[in-house]
Amino acid sequence: MGNKSPIVEIKNLSKSYRRGNQILPVLQDITLDIAEGEFLALMGPSGSGKTTLLNLIAGIDKADKGIIKIGGVDITSLSETELAHWRAANVGFIFQFYNLIPVLTAFENVELPLLLTSLSKKDRQDHVKMALQVVNLLDRMDHYPGQLSGGQQQRVAIARAVVTDPVILVADEPTGDLDRVSATEVLQLMERLVHELGKTIIMVTHDPWATKVAHIIRHLDKGILNAHHQTDF
Amino acid sequence: MHIIKLIFKNAFRHKLRTFLTILGITIAILSFGLLRTVISAWYAGVEASSATRLVSRNSISLVFSLPISYKDKIRQIEGVKIVSYGNWFGGIYIDEKNFFANYAVDPKTYFELYPEIILSPEQKDAFVRDRKAFVAGRKLIAKYGWKIGDTITLKGTIFPGNWDFVLRGIYKGRDQTVDETAFIFHWEYLNEALKKTAPLRTDQVGFYMIGVTKPSLAASVAADIDKTFKNSLAETLTETEKAFQLGFISMTEAIVIAIQLVSFVVIFIIMAVMANTMAMTARERIGEYAIFKTMGFGGWHIAGLIFGESLFITMIGCIIGIVLTFPAAKAFGTELSTYFPIFIVEDKTICLDILASFTVALVAAIFPTWRAIKIRIADGLRRIG
Ligand SMILES: Nc1ncnc2c1ncn2[C@@H]1O[C@H](COP(=O)(O)OP(=O)(O)OP(=O)(O)O)[C@@H](O)[C@H]1O
Ligand SMILES: [Mg+2]
Repeated sequence: MGNKSPIVEIKNLSKSYRRGNQILPVLQDITLDIAEGEFLALMGPSGSGKTTLLNLIAGIDKADKGIIKIGGVDITSLSETELAHWRAANVGFIFQFYNLIPVLTAFENVELPLLLTSLSKKDRQDHVKMALQVVNLLDRMDHYPGQLSGGQQQRVAIARAVVTDPVILVADEPTGDLDRVSATEVLQLMERLVHELGKTIIMVTHDPWATKVAHIIRHLDKGILNAHHQTDF
Repeated sequence: MHIIKLIFKNAFRHKLRTFLTILGITIAILSFGLLRTVISAWYAGVEASSATRLVSRNSISLVFSLPISYKDKIRQIEGVKIVSYGNWFGGIYIDEKNFFANYAVDPKTYFELYPEIILSPEQKDAFVRDRKAFVAGRKLIAKYGWKIGDTITLKGTIFPGNWDFVLRGIYKGRDQTVDETAFIFHWEYLNEALKKTAPLRTDQVGFYMIGVTKPSLAASVAADIDKTFKNSLAETLTETEKAFQLGFISMTEAIVIAIQLVSFVVIFIIMAVMANTMAMTARERIGEYAIFKTMGFGGWHIAGLIFGESLFITMIGCIIGIVLTFPAAKAFGTELSTYFPIFIVEDKTICLDILASFTVALVAAIFPTWRAIKIRIADGLRRIG
């Protein structure tokens, strides 16, 4: 894997929060490269800054210091509007609580990010069906989130994340709210996305089973990224 | 899947809340429409007044009269086309609560001067020929079930005694702004009777109604009339019909202002209700808006969702409210026809309804939208779960 050029390059990244007149360092001097087609699991105790780091990589939060290059683009230099366009084209999000829009069907939820593209209705339909096919839920496309199990909802969310064919997928505890069987299904699905579709995934997780599918596991502790450690997969 | 569909679905996520909000807006728009209609009914006389008609009365007060001999002098003034005259009679039909306008006029000139009062030629002839005759508007006729040939007795208040009149005609208005509840009879009949009972009060008129040849002359003719009778025993005060009607209303201006105020208070209250609904809605969806933003949707999209929902809910209430205003105004108008002979929902009122609803919708959406756009995505996402 090592000879692929990094798709994510992070250099000397720092971020702190201000609470009153007290400064709370959350991320300290993080440097990290992630190659294209890698599946990285980010682990660490609660409050160690995993979500914050993920948000920075995904372009929904601003760093204090450092550079984040994704596909060669330094996203720390983009404006809010540029970032929004950049996210629409380059990032797929998967959240712990699926975060589907409850009043839209599975199909409509997956179609949402495509509304920002110039695709025709017909093309959008094809893309959505293809994405639902990948997560094996084509037969549930007219169901509302409330009519689906947690695992199925998370798979719809994954379909929504991949439908725009983004450069990276970010997932924040995607199995955190699922039972073992559904969690395994979701992890296996993510593994397939990497293997079969060549996606790059950055996943925050507490799930020990996640170590079985991830290529690389990095530990974050009190805002400091621990030494490199590759799984023996 | 379109934004419109999402707005529609969002609006009905909390069915009870949305239903109650729509109900509130419906009631507010209905009340607003009715109050506005009361105000226009108040000014109906002013609206219906003509720019080519003047009213001349005793300069001291409406209670004092003018001699009939002024008629010929007024007619000689340049720009005057027709001179008619009349007396407010103030008669009571059976009981005081049966209030309607009744006055004595000169039939020939009266109909010439008021073309908006429409009477068939046969009925007009019958009225002119019979000194004891009267004509009345069709609404008044309908209210009391009178028929042509019926003798109706009014009890005089200004002119004591019981006065009998025979119904010879039923008039209707040329358009909706004409009062169809008036009772009109011969000035001659009144005058002849007074010769026997109160000779000092004969040959007097309460007011002259003067038609001028063209509107631009109204002001100068009015001034000429007043100049003619300057320093005479009964000086005149001449003004346009509009000014004359406004003079009447100014006596009750405080009430009109109060009604105006209440009508806007109603809108203000519903604005607060709607703002509360939208604030609750947007607060619940802060996480959802964050999800939209992660996908690359911008402030305009979020604003579209919130403003769209606010507009959608208010417009449903507005439309139902407007639709209900018509039957409500009709019922109201029938009940109060003697006080408000003209009680119609004007186009202007409907426009105000719509304008008020738009304002309510926009104002209610501003703060929630601002908050939803301003909140950082990362913070919005932390609200979920
Ligand atoms: N908006 C904020 N203002 C102040 N402090 C914040 C804010 N957001 C996060 N923090 C703090 O930053 C630190 C890191 O938070 P973060 O959510 O990244 O942790 P995490 O590793 O994802 O934890 P968990 O495993 O519980 O999700 C925590 O101490 C948190 O309290
Ligand atoms: Mg976290």
